[in-house]
Amino acid sequence: MSAAANSMPVFLAVVRRDVKLAWSQGGGALLALGFFFVAVSLFPFGVGPAPQVLARIAPGVIWVVALLAAVISLDRLYQADYEDGSLDDLMLSPIGPLGVSAAKVLAHWLSTTLPLALLAPALGVLMNLPDQAYGALILSLLVGTPALSLIGSVGAALTVAVRRGGVLMLLLILPLYVPTLIFGVGAVDAAMSLTDPMPHMALLAATTLIALVVGLFASAAALKLALE
Amino acid sequence: MNTVTKVFESNAKLVGTGLACRRGGRMVFEGLGIEALAGDFICLRGSNGSGKSTFLRLLSGFLPQADGALNWSVGDETADHLPPEIFLQSGHQNGLKPNFTLRENAAFFASLMTGSALPGEDLRSASAVFDLQHLLADPVQYFSSGQRHRAALMRFALVDRQVWLMDEPTVGLDAANRAALGQLIAEHIARGGIVIAATHDPLGVEGVELNMDDFQPKAMIAEEAWL
Repeated sequence: MSAAANSMPVFLAVVRRDVKLAWSQGGGALLALGFFFVAVSLFPFGVGPAPQVLARIAPGVIWVVALLAAVISLDRLYQADYEDGSLDDLMLSPIGPLGVSAAKVLAHWLSTTLPLALLAPALGVLMNLPDQAYGALILSLLVGTPALSLIGSVGAALTVAVRRGGVLMLLLILPLYVPTLIFGVGAVDAAMSLTDPMPHMALLAATTLIALVVGLFASAAALKLALE
Repeated sequence: MNTVTKVFESNAKLVGTGLACRRGGRMVFEGLGIEALAGDFICLRGSNGSGKSTFLRLLSGFLPQADGALNWSVGDETADHLPPEIFLQSGHQNGLKPNFTLRENAAFFASLMTGSALPGEDLRSASAVFDLQHLLADPVQYFSSGQRHRAALMRFALVDRQVWLMDEPTVGLDAANRAALGQLIAEHIARGGIVIAATHDPLGVEGVELNMDDFQPKAMIAEEAWL
């Protein structure tokens, strides 16, 4: 058996399936996007339409709500497969637990968190974000959102066998999102005040890379434990 | 089915000695010995809670054994577990995605296990085993529980693997489909496959019976005595 030779098609099959599931009926992608849009658009009503105030809080609001939207959709990342038994099949596939978590994280990023980053500019308009900050907002979300999927995957894997584990997962992973949030908002703030956003962007990329290394291994280990 | 009937390695052998498994601090079974050669059908019997599913999950590699040794060998190649690429398993859940059609589910399972696309005639012949041809285009969420179960069993006809681990394969099957399952198992062992199934119902296939009630823990182990 040449496990290495056929692992790429298997990996892609899992990614394709998960993207399709996320966008089909009952999938979480549209829900997360809807939440992102509605929650951010509440802020102008809540804090009043003063343009300076909205512009000041815009980066923080958009980033925080993006985090929450990602968490909402992560709840079912592994749980749906666990409940219908297909997680067993995934774990026994040629790509193994590590490949499965990598494929599922990639699918989650493509189907859910990447669209959040693409929707963000529209919400920037709603929040009166200054023109010079749009580039940094999109770039920071593109660099930072993989970390949301990666860190969230660990939480989702740890709580896969827990009934109504959604809130527990929230408590587990939201604190771990703090570095991503700080550097992401920092980059947009810097661009807003016409300073160089790149140092923040580099640190943001670093947190994403750490999440990549730690997140996949931790998710794979947590999944193995959950199926025992 | 297939035009060319593939015959499996005849020197394949699964041996387990003194196997024990613990779940939640409780010993489920101990001292279990099993020997399965190519062409064997092993029928796991035993009362509820005697550890049939646990044993199958141990063989699948999901659970670690608390004691004993497992050995899989084909000729000179040996392993201390069943390599995932030589077996298929089916559990209590059917592993099907409700909003995918049966065809999508089957195609995904085949590409998950083999990495290559499923040829149309393989899908047709596999769906014919449990009389599911007319349901291929329907989403699984509209299936009855018996149809779902047959759809789950279809995996054994979809992907060709030597060892089958089946947990309660007869639950919810009517007489005709139970006969089809018996036929499928009989054909599989005739060409050197190994089937280990936990079931309460007779399948009409000659096999070795392994009664899990014989391997219940004899004495309470020291560390749980304080409970």
